Amino acid sequence: MSRIAERFARLRGEGRAGLVAYLTAGDPDPDTSRELIAGLAAAGADLVEIGMPFSDPMADGPLIQAAGQRALKAGMNLRRTLAMVRHLRRRDETTPFVLMGYYNPIYRYGPQAFAQDAAAAGVDGLIVVDLPPEEDAELAGPARAAGLDLVRLATPTSDERRLPQIVGGAGGFIYYVAIAGITGTRRADTDAVAIAVARLRRFTTLPVAVGFGIKDPDQAAAVARAADAAVVGSALVQRLAANLDAGGRARPGLVAAVLGDVQALAAGVRWARSRA
Amino acid sequence: MQAANTLRGGPDAAGHFGIYGGRYVAETLMPLVLAVEAAYDEACRDPGFQRELDYYLEHYVGRPSPLYFAERLTRHFGGAKIYFKRDELNHTGAHKINNVLGQTLLARRMGKTRIIAETGAGQHGVATATACALFDLPCVVYMGATDIERQKPNVFRMKLLGAEVVPVHSGTATLKDAMNEALRDWVAHVDDTFYVIGTVAGPHPYPAMVRDFQSVIGRETRVQLQKAEGRLPDTLVACIGGGSNAMGLFHPFLDEPGVAMIGVEAAGHGLQTGMHAASLNGGVPGVLHGNRTYLLQDEDGQIRDAHSISAGLDYPGIGPEHAWLHDLGRVEYVAITDAEALEAFQLASRLEGIIPALEPAHALAHVAKIAPNLPRDHLIVMNMCGRGDKDIFAVAEHLGVRL
Ligand SMILES: Cc1ncc(COP(=O)(O)O)c(C=O)c1O
Repeated sequence: MSRIAERFARLRGEGRAGLVAYLTAGDPDPDTSRELIAGLAAAGADLVEIGMPFSDPMADGPLIQAAGQRALKAGMNLRRTLAMVRHLRRRDETTPFVLMGYYNPIYRYGPQAFAQDAAAAGVDGLIVVDLPPEEDAELAGPARAAGLDLVRLATPTSDERRLPQIVGGAGGFIYYVAIAGITGTRRADTDAVAIAVARLRRFTTLPVAVGFGIKDPDQAAAVARAADAAVVGSALVQRLAANLDAGGRARPGLVAAVLGDVQALAAGVRWARSRA
Repeated sequence: MQAANTLRGGPDAAGHFGIYGGRYVAETLMPLVLAVEAAYDEACRDPGFQRELDYYLEHYVGRPSPLYFAERLTRHFGGAKIYFKRDELNHTGAHKINNVLGQTLLARRMGKTRIIAETGAGQHGVATATACALFDLPCVVYMGATDIERQKPNVFRMKLLGAEVVPVHSGTATLKDAMNEALRDWVAHVDDTFYVIGTVAGPHPYPAMVRDFQSVIGRETRVQLQKAEGRLPDTLVACIGGGSNAMGLFHPFLDEPGVAMIGVEAAGHGLQTGMHAASLNGGVPGVLHGNRTYLLQDEDGQIRDAHSISAGLDYPGIGPEHAWLHDLGRVEYVAITDAEALEAFQLASRLEGIIPALEPAHALAHVAKIAPNLPRDHLIVMNMCGRGDKDIFAVAEHLGVRL
């Protein structure tokens, strides 16, 4: 069983949803980023989603755009992202690591080589935002061969004609994008999310994680009542950005501040169903 | 299906020209992109749609644009016979309006009530703002903050026409970032908004659709040159930003083996300096803005900043059909520097009384290189795809003249 499947099985056993924490690799600098991401699981993240910085992140709002820019400026690239995962994996055997990003850096690296290197580094899944089912065969083949789950996205615009195609080749879990919009902008409407997740479950038995527009523990808890996991990204990146000095360097309390938010979100997710 | 015996049958049903093109967009946009494709297919089957477009092209844009024998330039170069396809005489001063009217009519057909666009030089933004004024549609134009600075007259024009011009500060604050921002807007306004893309790029069906709307340039040229010379041209020359004016001129001739075609990219400070916008001459294949094509990028797949004196050519990608034609060797792609374009800009002004936009000045600079060595009966058609009014401030600055 893959780490992702195992983790969702365990969450099901505990009768709760999980927290997926997103941070961009290398933000604000490689060392701080490594320390931060290494601390996510202990702070309560059940899955860790690591952003691969890209110059032109068309599905991201200003917060994650800026995170990617900081990382690139600090010298981050895809090879170093994989090296970071390799390092993290040595210290953590069980937490699923999912890489999220855009296709061009992967294509430049070579889909085959990338899938092999990512799997060897300890990556469990891939989310490639600009690779819809129509275009993902080129990566899906190598990913499957390497034992990686290619996670697919469903959105408020995915109608019932499209959903079978989306879930058909999906691996790991379905990532439901809670808003029609980019990251870090609108707040997700948790009632609409519950309806959308129920609809998705008619098409798939895969776990459903919900992200985009989840900003605080209450909202994460509300989502956790309907979905198998809540994904929080921009809110963490915002906390990170608030702990940078004028020159964009990490201030001393940055790691603790971000991990503090992760703890609060994890608590929200854990209590969600008992409070319901 | 791409028929084996034609170069004009692409793309395939999934929008691919060979390995290029496709639909590399976020899942949120996929249903919208598919809806545009379905609506466009339906419009193509409806003679009423083409009739309506033709009406506006004739009475509003002023088509057909003349095919003009540039006699003094021909004599000056002393070789090939040079014709200009004068799309700079179109309403709004460039070829962009041909495509914008097509897409705006399609948006109306689809019941969309809000239009967005990206723009670099501002010509596509002006054309879109114009069509939106004509059809009473709210219009939001995304423009890089850097481009807003160097294309002030067009920014003011768009505002006069009632459009909202949104400065884009993200990334490198140029055309590619404006396109990112327009895509982000579209993701956030899926119900009411139509994205009018300004060149033969973006997800399928845009590259094919924009090409079809711009092909009026080549179709007219064919008829006009037949009338003037009784035959096909020998060489077609057009500048390439995303490649829409070039695709429009080339496409109707692709299956004519005797017609040579040259696309002129912007070499900026020179190809060897790395400060250029020549995706085919200095890039490698990648995926950006919904399609696979040649891109300026680094080893890590990060998109590199393009550099050109011409804001309209300052784009790190190129339409996927050009990428395909390049690999096939059907079209030759060359590059012209800022300095060479500036020289051609002045030459056309002085010898023909035509102040070209900096974009076609690149095409003319290449004509200047090849025409002298070609025989007098060699027919060159160059697409004079825009007029230079928008560029006089930038050119004056480069020439050290204070206005
Ligand atoms: C006059 C003119 N020519 C050419 C271009 C480049 O676009 P394309 O290569 O799509 O024709 C522009 C773009 O703004 C333009 O304004």
